[in-house]
Amino acid sequence: MTTQLFGERVRRREDPRLLTGQGRYLDDLGRDALAVAFVRSPHAHARIRDIDVSGALDVEGLVAVYTYEDLPERLAEPLPLLIPHPALTHGRTAHPLAKDVVRHVGEPVVMVVAEDRYLAEDACGLIEVDYEVLKPVVGIEEAAQGAQLVHEDVPGNVGAHMVQEVPAADGRSAREAIETAPHTLAFRLDIERSASMPLEGRGVYARWDGSDLRVYSSTQTSTSVRMAIAAKLELPLPHVEVIAPDVGGGFGVKIMHPWPEEILVPWAAMLLGRPVKWTEDRREHFVSSAHERGQVHYVRVGFDDEGRVQGLEVTILHDHGAYTPYGIIVPIITSTQLLGPYRIGAYRVEFSSIYTNTVQVTPYRGAGRPQGVFCMERTMDKIAQYLGLDRAAVRERNFIQPDEFPYDQGMIFQDGRPLIYDSGNYPEMLRMVKELIGWDSFDKRPHTGIGLACYVEGTGVGPYEGGHVQVTSDGRVHVSTGLTSQGQGHETVFAQIAATELGVPIEKVSVVTGDTRRFGYAVGTFASRAAVMSGNAIALACRKVREKALRIAADALEADPGDLEITEGVVHVKGAPGASIPLATVAVLANPLRYAFDEEARRATQFASAAAPDRPPVAEGEEPGLEGRDYYSPVRSTFAAGMHAAIVETDPDTAEVRILRYAVVHDCGRLINPMIVEGQIHGGVAQGVGGALYERMVYDSHGQLLNASFMDFLMPYATEVPRIETAHLETPSPLNPLGIKGAGEAGVIPVSAVLASAIEDAEGLPIDRMPISPAELYHLRQSRDG
Amino acid sequence: MRRHDITLVVNGVARQASVPARRLLSDCLRHDLGLTGTHVGCEHGVCGCCTVLLDGQPVRSCLTFAVSVDGHEITTVEGLGGDGDSLSPVQQAFAECHALQCGFCTPGFLCTVTALLRDNPAPTDEEVVEGISGNLCRCTGYQNIVKAVHRAAELMAE
Ligand code: FES
Ligand code: FES
Repeated sequence: MTTQLFGERVRRREDPRLLTGQGRYLDDLGRDALAVAFVRSPHAHARIRDIDVSGALDVEGLVAVYTYEDLPERLAEPLPLLIPHPALTHGRTAHPLAKDVVRHVGEPVVMVVAEDRYLAEDACGLIEVDYEVLKPVVGIEEAAQGAQLVHEDVPGNVGAHMVQEVPAADGRSAREAIETAPHTLAFRLDIERSASMPLEGRGVYARWDGSDLRVYSSTQTSTSVRMAIAAKLELPLPHVEVIAPDVGGGFGVKIMHPWPEEILVPWAAMLLGRPVKWTEDRREHFVSSAHERGQVHYVRVGFDDEGRVQGLEVTILHDHGAYTPYGIIVPIITSTQLLGPYRIGAYRVEFSSIYTNTVQVTPYRGAGRPQGVFCMERTMDKIAQYLGLDRAAVRERNFIQPDEFPYDQGMIFQDGRPLIYDSGNYPEMLRMVKELIGWDSFDKRPHTGIGLACYVEGTGVGPYEGGHVQVTSDGRVHVSTGLTSQGQGHETVFAQIAATELGVPIEKVSVVTGDTRRFGYAVGTFASRAAVMSGNAIALACRKVREKALRIAADALEADPGDLEITEGVVHVKGAPGASIPLATVAVLANPLRYAFDEEARRATQFASAAAPDRPPVAEGEEPGLEGRDYYSPVRSTFAAGMHAAIVETDPDTAEVRILRYAVVHDCGRLINPMIVEGQIHGGVAQGVGGALYERMVYDSHGQLLNASFMDFLMPYATEVPRIETAHLETPSPLNPLGIKGAGEAGVIPVSAVLASAIEDAEGLPIDRMPISPAELYHLRQSRDG
Repeated sequence: MRRHDITLVVNGVARQASVPARRLLSDCLRHDLGLTGTHVGCEHGVCGCCTVLLDGQPVRSCLTFAVSVDGHEITTVEGLGGDGDSLSPVQQAFAECHALQCGFCTPGFLCTVTALLRDNPAPTDEEVVEGISGNLCRCTGYQNIVKAVHRAAELMAE
């Protein structure tokens, strides 16, 4: 019997420290550090004429003031364009501190270092920047007209333009298929801007000791931040280490890197020879981090009498803000994941990615999928309504069937690989969600409505992650992986995997993530990839360790490795518990020693070991120590899926929307820890509810963000989130050894679609734009009623 | 800048600090006294991450000047449990029910819920939701926090 922890609701190992105030978040570190604050642009578009810092120089505790002019060569270059793409013909990135022109409110212009943050802000307040205000470009349609330019050298404000086409089986194009279909519909759908909005903002803390730089960053990718810092500051990589400490939520915004501050703070620490720290405040987070979601979609669909789609054409305007450091991942994901669980006869998707004088856009949990799912699911509802059919039935008729996997959608996914779904069972999932919500027995009353939405989510994108597993001579198992954690419970789930693979009690296992001192090669935590990528890498590394342990133990026990197993940290002959050797002892034997520093070590010295005198103490092909390292690099993504249903009630007078019930059926393959997966879904749904009913970034025509605080950007409290009912389907992925799929983003993806569907059902009004506030619903009612 | 000498009784221990009048209680606790368990999520009184107990009542430490609570008793997350590593029933319930993910909002919730259950040891579902509706959490969707409050009430009744 092996220690079976995979699949169990194991309690989280990170909780004891986080519950007692012992967590170590970025701003909890570096009490002795100097503090940084920034002067940021108050204008959406302006030319900097002059910066006068003289007023700040008398501030007590002021240490340094830096502007663009002070930056050395590599730092003075534009920040990297992280994900280049052939379609991104006019990618533009900011400078760490503004050079000549500012392009959104919040862009950093001057960096101030002082003894504490209060004093640094005092100094910022006394620095005068003389701006020549330029006309801002705000609003995606205005920007797309190209009358005013965000970047002088980007005509029409178009950063990227891309078309993907999948012809029908008979070779006809989507346009032909739509033209000849028995029925066609055309409509426009909008989603507004929102943002990840983790409760901990970003932050950077750096120490320089004269030759080595240690940087802590509240990031979703410490390994890549490290490489960026080494390159920008021209330091040899081995002299830079980056650690993601406890991170108070990420949801995408912290995968962006290097942020200006991630380069500037270490640079200042090196120049000043003192530790330096910057902690983002909430207003800074609103105006200088990243947003997402803002897109306009024009949809044309052709379908038959049964509601089967024959052709679909979608044209997307994507607002990527002032810069494109993260490339065009978001509209690419919308374009591809829009297809969901359906076989669409022929498909054409075209997007233009447009500059505006607003905060840059990088992925926020879901990353373009909520918009794509909104398009497809609104389309399904409109088809059903047009034909007078049941909305669930229309979806079912368009589903990819269980025997059609692997299913090739004929497109290229965000990882540059073919969009091939590995496994799934959509009809069963629909049956489950209908049963959970009571679809067929729903009692339709005035001002109540029911809605449904389905999605497929490509998870676990490559290129790779790695895992390192070391068993020390005390029998403890030390696991490390390079990707980072922001609350997903990796210390727990990775320990479950290691304990299960190695046959050790979970108490013996410890896990470290996001620390480049422990593991230098990694990609990062995003795209619901951590469990799939690092989970499998750690499992593979454990298997190497296990194999080696069995080999050594077999020697010691004079047994065949095939007859051995490990349970509770002891290697023994199957069925003969007498002949055994603890893993701790195997670890001792794995490392032949000269020096005996303790009793355990004595057993491994050259003279104690029974090794044959004519063989080298470390056999050929072996390494000392009981440890293993392995990587998981998938050929392509694995595709999770889910279906949500909701019942809402709308207030006949105030037009407030109340969610009466919310049901989720979710398939992320094999579950490592159902408690943690459910938690991920709960959180995602809550963010989805925020995005559907409350949260939006309100820019005025001057490019001022009017609601840059928690007072005005309305995130849901407990009073706004309904009770979430969940059920799981487990269709293992055939692509990876553990059969798992990602779960991190799932909850958020279909929420706008499902609530639009339910509100439409309640009101009998087309809901084509989300989020929807009571005021907007009220106006829709009014315009209907004349 | 003029400094003021203040004494705060934090988690039962008298602590001295010398602070400018504008120093926020949250910063004083975190940076002057080194009690970094109290978190700051907005610094404008909305998120509740910075909630501590001031003479037993939950307050936003980001909206409180340290000098204004000179001589008062403050309980932070570090002081909720008993001696050593032992967890209070509320902390224990949060662990049991998976009521935290990133943990950034957690200290604020723990302080809020501790006061809530002291005043109302057996709250209804509605009272629980109402009671925690001044604290934001971006990770959990509140589902398990609500469960944990009921569970804590149960543990305290045992
Ligand atoms: S930090 Fe005090 S309420 Fe948000
Ligand atoms: S657990 Fe992350 S904000 Fe609540």
